[in-house]
Amino acid sequence: MNLIIEYQGQLLAGTWVTIQLALTSLVVAVMFGLLGAWAKLSKNIVAQKTAAGYTTIVRGVPDLVLILLVFYGGQQLINSFGSVTGLWDYVEISQFAAGAGTIGIVFGGFMTETFRGAILAIPKGQIEAGVACGMTRFTIFHRVIWPQMVRYALPGFSNNWLVQIKSTALVSVIGLQDVVYNGFVAGRSTRQLFTFMFAVLMIYLVLTAISDVSLRLLDRKYSKGIVRSDNG
Amino acid sequence: MGESIIAFLDTWSPLDLVLIGQNFDRFLWGALVTLQLTVISLVVGGLLSIPLAIIRAGNNPFLNAPVWAFTYLFRGTPLLVQTYLIYYGLGQFEWVRESVLWDPILSKAWWCALIAFSLNTAAYTTELLRGSIETTSVGEVEAAKACGLGKWMRLRRIVLPSAFRRALPAYSNEVIFMLHGSVVASTITIQDLLGVGRWLNGRYYLAYEGFITAAVFYLVIVLLISRGFRLWEKNWLQHLYPRESVETKPKKGVASFRI
Repeated sequence: MNLIIEYQGQLLAGTWVTIQLALTSLVVAVMFGLLGAWAKLSKNIVAQKTAAGYTTIVRGVPDLVLILLVFYGGQQLINSFGSVTGLWDYVEISQFAAGAGTIGIVFGGFMTETFRGAILAIPKGQIEAGVACGMTRFTIFHRVIWPQMVRYALPGFSNNWLVQIKSTALVSVIGLQDVVYNGFVAGRSTRQLFTFMFAVLMIYLVLTAISDVSLRLLDRKYSKGIVRSDNG
Repeated sequence: MGESIIAFLDTWSPLDLVLIGQNFDRFLWGALVTLQLTVISLVVGGLLSIPLAIIRAGNNPFLNAPVWAFTYLFRGTPLLVQTYLIYYGLGQFEWVRESVLWDPILSKAWWCALIAFSLNTAAYTTELLRGSIETTSVGEVEAAKACGLGKWMRLRRIVLPSAFRRALPAYSNEVIFMLHGSVVASTITIQDLLGVGRWLNGRYYLAYEGFITAAVFYLVIVLLISRGFRLWEKNWLQHLYPRESVETKPKKGVASFRI
């Protein structure tokens, strides 16, 4: 316990990196999810096929494989492209960018399915009513689809987020100094790896518990005025 | 002919396919290790989860609380950290290092990965099964009581069989998650699929080949698993599908009617 207090600076710094990583990848995931849901529901065949391929690949391949591929392969790809075209010199992808980007894109695939289901759950008559009232497409999205989509998507979104926040631990493998990495280094130098890994475990538990509670509050906010049927 | 194909691939393919071909047997071994870890931990975790789920669905607070704590801990934290805790962490304690289990099991990466994966999937499967045990229809249980079935008989003959069936679609996700989670093994020196990919890239100083080959392998395994589960579900859940679906497409010349 004393050791944990001694090393709390490193653990807290790592936790902050983990939180930033999780939130950045969440933003990326939501953007890709909305884009993917739009593509899957559009009438454009090319967009549909692209989105189908995207969700199949990112949901079929483990996230760590993609993180490693983007971190090592992506760097080489960008640099060979740069040296062939002469557009840029040596570029280095940071661990943070590779991790946040890849996790975002992977969970964007899961979000795509969640958002698609949520949009489909909105009664079509409401959208037609919007058209009949002369609303523009943006107004329909903003006033009719979005508020209800959020409510329908929240349970799936919460699940995805709770998995995603745990996935961020994998970025420590490519050397990002997140909470796992810092905890591991501190544990190895003090030869108390169990103590430190347990502390890291507890930090993740707190993060997921906080997310759980806040998502439940959000759910309550968006379900205002909705009567839920009881299963009992 | 064969040589000219190899020469063609050597010069024109963006990936070094020849090298992948030469190391293909290693990837097959890696796939075997991945499948071995995944399947054994699913079996062990699945067996563990059945009594735990029964406890969680029951109302004994003394048994319920520790099981709840176990599932909460393992579901709320990353598998990577759990694996590190067992593989790197346990050696911190002298009594663990001096126990009989240290040499054959607890100091070996493969066993530690297996223990971590089994406990992890046990936690997820417990909650999944609990959900489907709790949604057993009340009428079925009442009927069983009326027939004079005892508590265990009810569980064995009525509740569990139907709970397993209803848990099947969600369990296929858990199987795929476990397969994906097994990549963690490569971070503790095990040569699983990803481990072989990392080895290849490190050995020949490559950036794509190993990871892309591993990715394709994983993708194929996932597609096979989901195809298999779909067949299994068709077999086992036939009676739960809505009946109308048969009649939605009326045959030509036959008047369609609904009951």
